[in-house]
Amino acid sequence: MSSVAQKKGFGAQVWDYLTTVDHKKIAILYLAAGTLFFAIAGLEALFMRFQLLFPENTFVSAGMFNQLLTMHGTTMLFLAATPLLFAFMNAIVPLQIGARDVAFPFLNALGFWLFFLGAVFLHLSFFLGGAPDAGWTSYASLSLYSPGHGIDFYVLGLQISGAGTLISGINFIVTIITMRAPGMTFMRMPLFTWTSLVSSTLILFAFPPLTVGLFLMLVDRMFGANFFEHTMGGNTIIWEHLFWIFGHPEVYILVLPAFGLFSEIIPVFARKRLFGYSSMVFATILIGFLGFMVWAHHMFTTGLGATANAIFAVATMTIAVPTGMKVFNWILTIWGGSIKVTVPMLYALGFIPSFVAGGVTGVMQAAAPLDYQLHDSYFIVAHFHYVIVGGIVTALFGAAHFYWPIMFNRALNEKLGVLTFWIFFIGFHLTFFLQHFLGLMGMPRRVFTYMPDQGWDLFNMISTIGAAMMGVGVILLVLNVLLSIKSEPLNRRDYWGDGRSLEWALETPLPFYNFKQTPLVRGYDPYWIEKQEGNKEGMVYAEPLGDIHMPNNSILPLIMSIGTFIAAFGALYSPWGKQALAGTAESVSPALSVGLIVVGLGITVGSMITRSLKDDLGYHVHVAEVEAIEKDLAQFRAAGKKGGNN
Amino acid sequence: MDLNTKFTPQNWPEHAEQATMEGKNKFVGFWIFLACEVVLFASLFATYLALKDSGPASMDLTKYSAKALYELPLAFAMTMLLLTSSLTSVYAMYHMKNFNFKGVQTWMGITVILGIGFLCLEIYEFYHYVHIGFGYTHSAYSSAFFTLVGTHGLHVIIGLVWISSLIFRNMKRGLNLYNAPKYFIASLYWHFIDVVWVFIFTVVYLMGVLG
Repeated sequence: MSSVAQKKGFGAQVWDYLTTVDHKKIAILYLAAGTLFFAIAGLEALFMRFQLLFPENTFVSAGMFNQLLTMHGTTMLFLAATPLLFAFMNAIVPLQIGARDVAFPFLNALGFWLFFLGAVFLHLSFFLGGAPDAGWTSYASLSLYSPGHGIDFYVLGLQISGAGTLISGINFIVTIITMRAPGMTFMRMPLFTWTSLVSSTLILFAFPPLTVGLFLMLVDRMFGANFFEHTMGGNTIIWEHLFWIFGHPEVYILVLPAFGLFSEIIPVFARKRLFGYSSMVFATILIGFLGFMVWAHHMFTTGLGATANAIFAVATMTIAVPTGMKVFNWILTIWGGSIKVTVPMLYALGFIPSFVAGGVTGVMQAAAPLDYQLHDSYFIVAHFHYVIVGGIVTALFGAAHFYWPIMFNRALNEKLGVLTFWIFFIGFHLTFFLQHFLGLMGMPRRVFTYMPDQGWDLFNMISTIGAAMMGVGVILLVLNVLLSIKSEPLNRRDYWGDGRSLEWALETPLPFYNFKQTPLVRGYDPYWIEKQEGNKEGMVYAEPLGDIHMPNNSILPLIMSIGTFIAAFGALYSPWGKQALAGTAESVSPALSVGLIVVGLGITVGSMITRSLKDDLGYHVHVAEVEAIEKDLAQFRAAGKKGGNN
Repeated sequence: MDLNTKFTPQNWPEHAEQATMEGKNKFVGFWIFLACEVVLFASLFATYLALKDSGPASMDLTKYSAKALYELPLAFAMTMLLLTSSLTSVYAMYHMKNFNFKGVQTWMGITVILGIGFLCLEIYEFYHYVHIGFGYTHSAYSSAFFTLVGTHGLHVIIGLVWISSLIFRNMKRGLNLYNAPKYFIASLYWHFIDVVWVFIFTVVYLMGVLG
């Protein structure tokens, strides 16, 4: 089998990534795709901010602004934050629980390719007659009659990419339940694994309502159904409920793993055990549960009535309790610790106040009467960017620095990292802090321009300057990544010197089977325990060296996803769509439309049948081979220069 | 346990579907997948209940309301077919526990036949509604009805294709630890479809006619 010393041609490497079922390589695919869409969505945000730089600016048109706004929100949440978190889950969770792989390696690859092709489909809308333009929430009253194919791209693209997310979510739940190493009980699981488990469970319950909502919108627009068509008895509030039953938990789907990442970073650099571990686990589960109970706080102003508003207001405020527990636990972990301020720790330290600010404004809006004032103003924009940038993006940046040594056997530059942090962090607060006040002054969200001399000019200009600084920060981070490719391989374990959980016990570069023998976990923070007891090997093993069972690579996940991609074009250009009938969007002949759907779904179903009928039992890496690979790796590690900070 | 072991009724494990790591993963994973299906159907039920009997102002409620449309005897016959097919798939699993492959195949085959019977009645029912003017685009109510019941029907079709291909594929191979979990989760899926139908029978048909 493969060994590190083997040189591979470029074509072979591309083929390897197209067919891979290895969670570490899928993590890299998620990281690359997520970064691409993060950059695209960031550019969209910058275009919007430049439009708002001056009053009555004409940088982009009103219609274009709507498209940018919709695609910025949709892309950031579905196609950037989610995959980037999946990248770290894929890379780290199996290592943290002592597993050789995830439960369903094939589905893991399928999940990625569905997400990726759905995302590509959504972005093709810019080149094929206009992007979706009804806001990321795509309220039915707006989107049902939106001319052109924008909303159809939204519906079909999110359906495909959502299926991928759901598949990955199920995969992580099963992995964490069934694949833990001996001794890794639930109450010894690292916090990142815990938050990944709860977040995957939220995906499991939150995505089906979105699937249903998108499907109802699809049949309404394309086959003349009447779910949202009020003249035919339909009700657009159904879309709002279905969307927010998904949409509110989505925030927690994203922020819980971010909490998990900080719960890994902070103890390492405070060099202390995580304070209040069991209360952290309890708070995670409680936040996950409450996240589902509060969706209607997005709908206070739709006229649900005072009783419903009161119930949802109180339920929303209770989320502050477990979140507060977490914040205090992080602070008490740092308290009295012997703190090392590295780049990941900087992000963690910046995260705590920023996220608290976002949380506090959330509690303000949970009060229904105040929400009537703040609704659809820039205050809301400021609030959720404080949560999402202050919470999730800082976690992603911090985790990138933190886990880079494990994922790539290279380290990101510390000095450049510190510079990036300060530019990004200052830019972030410049951009969004003043937007609270813009909102209180009455500036509504989603407007493409405004009149001069209302007191909004200066704050909007400062906000745009901040956004540009954030852009510079991201460019510096990408530069850091590019520099790291040229840097020396690290070839060592425990890069930060104070690693606590199992993933740090492995020497990099990792072999494709992760652990040559399944480790035995003897307590919380297993690697820390082994270090304390002077174990040079890094871990104790639970089994003798034996044959390792591995799954086969497969091109089928990619082919299945391409099938759905083709079918989506058939549905998009169907001649029976509302817009096609009204003559506001192009369509193709019925034969071609149906043909594309049949061929596309045929490819997908055909590869599913191929997969079912053919036995795929994987293969075994025999003991002799494992020993040879380990020997190769040892030579490779010895030949390289030892890097690191201690 | 090794996949290549030659099995007899004596050494066949009691929980064959969970005897291998892959089997156990499939078993746990499928239960979790069913949880997500529950939410999918819950959303469709909620939509149906919100839109029941609502249509354009001109909609004739004496002809196109739940009370006027549904025929309880037909729905009852469909229910009986589907409930029985769940029972026959239990028999198949009983024979799987005893390593009686012929029993598994036979009872799974009967399950498929009963499922096809259910599907034929459902197609007849839909055809009838469309024929009397209650088509998919007739009203918000018709859209919600066909979407909810049709999604269940689609699940029945998927289940039928799934179970038939299992029967066909394993005809020559016999029972082993690789396909035992596949039979098991297919039967789990079939029970789930049955449970959803019980809810449809209650919420759509019984509450529609009586409530």
